[in-house]
Amino acid sequence: MTEAEFVRAYEIVGADFTNAGRASTSIKETLKNMGLASALIRRVAIAAYEAEMNTVMYARRATMTLHVTPADVTIDVQDEGPGIPDIQLAMQEGYSTATAAMREMGFGAGMGLPNIRRNADQFAITSEVNRGTALVMTVHVG
Amino acid sequence: MTVTELARLVDGTIAGPAGAGPQEVRGGYASDLLSDVMAHAQDGDAWITMQRHVNTVAVAQLKNLAAIVIVNGRRPEADMAARAAEHGVPVVTTPLPAFDAAGRLYAAGLRGRGAS
Repeated sequence: MTEAEFVRAYEIVGADFTNAGRASTSIKETLKNMGLASALIRRVAIAAYEAEMNTVMYARRATMTLHVTPADVTIDVQDEGPGIPDIQLAMQEGYSTATAAMREMGFGAGMGLPNIRRNADQFAITSEVNRGTALVMTVHVG
Repeated sequence: MTVTELARLVDGTIAGPAGAGPQEVRGGYASDLLSDVMAHAQDGDAWITMQRHVNTVAVAQLKNLAAIVIVNGRRPEADMAARAAEHGVPVVTTPLPAFDAAGRLYAAGLRGRGAS
């Protein structure tokens, strides 16, 4: 940890569609106020939003933590929830376990995790069934 | 083009905060899938959609969209309208279906700008 590291944690509540997206938009504003490049902010915003929506749709709760250093922006999401039995399957474009109601709202395209992977320079996902899922995604600065 | 010009082209009404969003409309994207818009819409796009719920507003904010254009005469749900007003995201409603709304905007010079 250097003193140049900025850390902010957000609590995300499962099934709270009313507040869904607030953490991601706050992260975007925070990075914008730091003067980071808009191309980088765009990538982080997409990854953060997809991770936030996954929590809202599938988990009971999560802590999403933003870490910013001069070298990179990292978002770490630790959720409590059902976990993902088959991560390889979940990473496949088009695969989704969204309910009919979620799909009607335009979620459940099976693009969430692929969008995260595409926009992160580093991406790690681990999951334990009936416990939860952890995501760490990093975008390099510059 | 401005959001006001866009609204006129699609026989629409600006449902959001009038005058907010001085941002120029620089292109367009049509989709009802939120992750698709997150992946492929570009800064300054008008987003043509059937969706009218509150979660669309965060997508517009995160993607710097110029406006959300709701088609087929649908109206934004109350919490969507409130959130859009709170954050200055213009919402246009049009009686046209998506195909016709996009066609009119395309004819007026707006273009989709490819995948990001």
